[in-house]
Amino acid sequence: MATIAANPPHAYADDAHSGVWSWLATVDHKRIGTLYLFTALFFFMVGGLEAEIIRAQLQGPNGKLVSAEVYNQLFTMHGTTMIFLAIMPLSAAFFNFLIPLQIGARDVAFPRLNAFSYWVYLLGGIFINVSWLIHAAPDGGWFGYAPLTTRPFSPGMNIDFWVLGLQILGVSSLAAGFNFITTIINMRAPGMNLMRMPMFTWAAFVTQFLIVLAFPVITIALVFLMFDRFFGTQFYEVAAGADPLLWQHLFWVFGHPEVYILILPAFGLVSEVVPTYSKKPIFGYPVMVFSLILIAFLGFGVWAHHMFAVGMGPVADTVFGVTTMLIAIPTGVKIFNWLATMHGGSLRFTTAMLFAIGLVAFFTIGGLSGVMHASPPADLQQTDTYFIVAHFHYVLFGGSMMGIFAGIYHYFPKFSGRLLSEGLGKAHFWLMAIGMNLTFFPMHFSGLLGMPRRIYRYDAGQGWDGFNLASSIGAYILGVGMIIFVWNVIKSWRSGQVAGNDPWGAPTLEWMIPSPPPEYNFARIPVVTSRYPLWDMKQPQLTAEVPHTAHGDRAVQVDIAGKDAGTPHPKTAGSGTRPAESGPHIETESFTARQLGIPMPDPTIKPLITALGMCIMLCAPLFMHHAQMMEAAGNAAAQKSAMTMFWVIALGGAALMVASLYNWLLTPLESHHPHATE
Amino acid sequence: MTSVPIGAASVTDAHDPHATSTGLDNKKIAIWAFIGSECMLFASLISTYLIYKGRSKVGPFPHEVWTDPMTGQKMKAILNIPVTSASTFVLLMSSLAMVLALAAVQHKNVPKRTTGERILGSSQLWLMMTALLGITFLGFQAYEFTSFVHEGLTIRTNLFGSSFFTLTGFHGAHVTAGVIWLLTLFAIDRKRGLGPRDEVNVDIAALYWHFVDVVWIAIFTLVYLIQ
Amino acid sequence: MADHAHTNAVSTEVAVDHHGAGVLHEHPTWSTYWKVALILTVITAIEVWVYYIPSFVHSRGFVPLLLFMSAVKFAIVVLFYMHLRYDHRLFRALFTGPLIVAMVTIVALMFLFGKLAARV
Repeated sequence: MATIAANPPHAYADDAHSGVWSWLATVDHKRIGTLYLFTALFFFMVGGLEAEIIRAQLQGPNGKLVSAEVYNQLFTMHGTTMIFLAIMPLSAAFFNFLIPLQIGARDVAFPRLNAFSYWVYLLGGIFINVSWLIHAAPDGGWFGYAPLTTRPFSPGMNIDFWVLGLQILGVSSLAAGFNFITTIINMRAPGMNLMRMPMFTWAAFVTQFLIVLAFPVITIALVFLMFDRFFGTQFYEVAAGADPLLWQHLFWVFGHPEVYILILPAFGLVSEVVPTYSKKPIFGYPVMVFSLILIAFLGFGVWAHHMFAVGMGPVADTVFGVTTMLIAIPTGVKIFNWLATMHGGSLRFTTAMLFAIGLVAFFTIGGLSGVMHASPPADLQQTDTYFIVAHFHYVLFGGSMMGIFAGIYHYFPKFSGRLLSEGLGKAHFWLMAIGMNLTFFPMHFSGLLGMPRRIYRYDAGQGWDGFNLASSIGAYILGVGMIIFVWNVIKSWRSGQVAGNDPWGAPTLEWMIPSPPPEYNFARIPVVTSRYPLWDMKQPQLTAEVPHTAHGDRAVQVDIAGKDAGTPHPKTAGSGTRPAESGPHIETESFTARQLGIPMPDPTIKPLITALGMCIMLCAPLFMHHAQMMEAAGNAAAQKSAMTMFWVIALGGAALMVASLYNWLLTPLESHHPHATE
Repeated sequence: MTSVPIGAASVTDAHDPHATSTGLDNKKIAIWAFIGSECMLFASLISTYLIYKGRSKVGPFPHEVWTDPMTGQKMKAILNIPVTSASTFVLLMSSLAMVLALAAVQHKNVPKRTTGERILGSSQLWLMMTALLGITFLGFQAYEFTSFVHEGLTIRTNLFGSSFFTLTGFHGAHVTAGVIWLLTLFAIDRKRGLGPRDEVNVDIAALYWHFVDVVWIAIFTLVYLIQ
Repeated sequence: MADHAHTNAVSTEVAVDHHGAGVLHEHPTWSTYWKVALILTVITAIEVWVYYIPSFVHSRGFVPLLLFMSAVKFAIVVLFYMHLRYDHRLFRALFTGPLIVAMVTIVALMFLFGKLAARV
């Protein structure tokens, strides 16, 4: 744990790396990860505020804080924000920051596409929240069931913001998915075969496949809804013969893999944290990997368990009930493997470890209620009640968020060069743990006592009052915990204890370079000869019992003693030789890429401009709706001017996007390598 | 535990910053991942079309005649198999042209002796041919769409109209994007020439193009031929 | 770079530098390409021809035969034109996985909406 001279965060030698412009034009995965982290934490607070208002309204019977209409907007935006603007981007922060470091790469496969994904996310998040300013926030639930969300039943602009906003956000996730799939397949350091990759990278890898396969389905569902609302198509028009279940099926074919998209990265983070603070390799690495793959695969076969109450018939109900119960198996296996990792380990209860243990405990509770819902007859009682709300908050807050916080405390030193305060961290943890359980555990009871979801108030005397009061108090405790966390981050970013390369004694590549990492990540790309390169060097007794096979080394021309490291890989003939690395090594000094002669991608504003063009184009339909309203009101002049605005904005945005895209694609990624174009 | 001293820099990876784990190009991996994703996109569109088949309450219908009960007007079965067979053939031939374009780029430096070899080896010819065949296909689609509208089928008429125009419209939009991509490659070929070093860029355009063709194979059968 | 100039204009080269396109052993020839085009044309012609035989259209074999013929067209374009047959098996994995998920999803939705099998 040597600490060399303090590295102030993001210290670079020249001006191009400081200032607002450097952030707008960055294509560095570490900076993009930082942007995702802070933007997502901001939106997490927005979603949290929406939740606090909900809980204040429901604190007692017949609450009068907000009207029914505003309440609908609150729970819709809370769900949409937490899922698409908070949890997914928090995972993206880790994908961005960690994947190249964990696989020993200098950046992702497509750095400019990476920046594009972030800007689209930011613009999409802003767009969907702008709706609050005109009191027209989406109000159809985060799942937007048609026909409720079709024009006849939702005439205002609320659902338009939702439909357009989600499509914008979908582009961001899809682009990132293709980027990370390519990066993980193709940019691993020599010797890092798939079964030597860190668990987080595996979890991220599987998640990207879920994203690229699930998001197209919701895109189509949204396209149908958008066409119905703007162009008068019949996809969800029951009077024309449409089936109201079409939306539900398409949505949940996306929606179920989506919840695995939300949890798997957190599982990956826990699989990094638990072994580090147990000073033991993860128990059953191959099984952990195969469980991830199995969960993803089965995750595409369970969606209709969200529809047990719609009358699909006994065969469909049974099939989906069985597949849902089956998916509990690989998930449960992971829980047992984390416990087995801790068993016999030398445990350190740092904040990160506490949050990881929190996930293990609370996700298990959420999983147990989940298995209860898997039975269709039982679910007929539970569905649409607070029992379900309890389940998914246990798995999403007690699961995903706990895992993400574990990751934040564990990796904050790597991002920023400084440690978060452990004292404040522990306070944050206990407030989260107590607050979370106090908020959501009572919901199991109010749900089984019949309290429906999505009601803005309830009468006294139904047996729900005490539970709701407890939930609201829990929510306020959570709020206090989050304030402490934000204070911790602000304080520690500038004046926390300097971390050095490896404050925790961790096993993987990212801890072998300075904190924060220099722009080029690794001065020399390491050759990897095991799953735990840093432990092999610094704490070999920890990995003595892990098989150190040479499996796959021949194919990547690596000899376990590091001797053949310089031999070219036959398949890379034509694309250059492998660098002659000298085996795993620790780097303690940071230079600039220029000093070391390492070519890095040029910063560029083109991804931001392209994102801007695309988002402007996708906002245009709002004006079309306005025009349609003016036409219905008989105001021909206003209709004409609104349609003109529509065309100007749509075509202007499209033109900006296409021009900027051409410019981007025809510009080489790195100016010192004229033949390398992306 | 060595740190890297200044000056000892530039290790050999300055020679090849683009070494890969598989020896394959990033762009090719990315395009196949993208194609996989597009399978789900078109699967959703096709599923919807198939789900709504036969459920429209009013016509026109794809394969049957329909009399409008309100006006007594008779509307014929709206799909035109002969015309669509022709457009299908055009698109299939465009895949042949595409494959020849890629081969021409790959073999740009091979000396051509006969006229036949020169024709086959002209990447500009085959890129333009592919684009023209694509544009012809789009022309057929435009003709089809406008004649359907004349015959009383719009995107909002019934479930068939909505699902048909959306499915084939999305496909047509993909073809259009492909045509623009091909014309861009053609322009680059004219400007500075495309050769073996551009193989990957042409290859990914070709993969995209063939995939769009393959989706049409599915649509032609499921929408036009199966009743 | 060897060139079989007399017979095929496009050579069966391995030595051509494919810059990471990942082509392994053989490479399709011009002869392969136009044969595939011919097969595609012939199958399409058969599909359309069969469409105009009302007695066959109403038989139980019609849909399976059409699906089979389309599957063959799909497969030969993917294997030969998209050269999955000749490429690194990674690409085969990247394509078949999603293809399977897509097909299973279509079939499942058909069942759920009562388009397949009477008694669901």
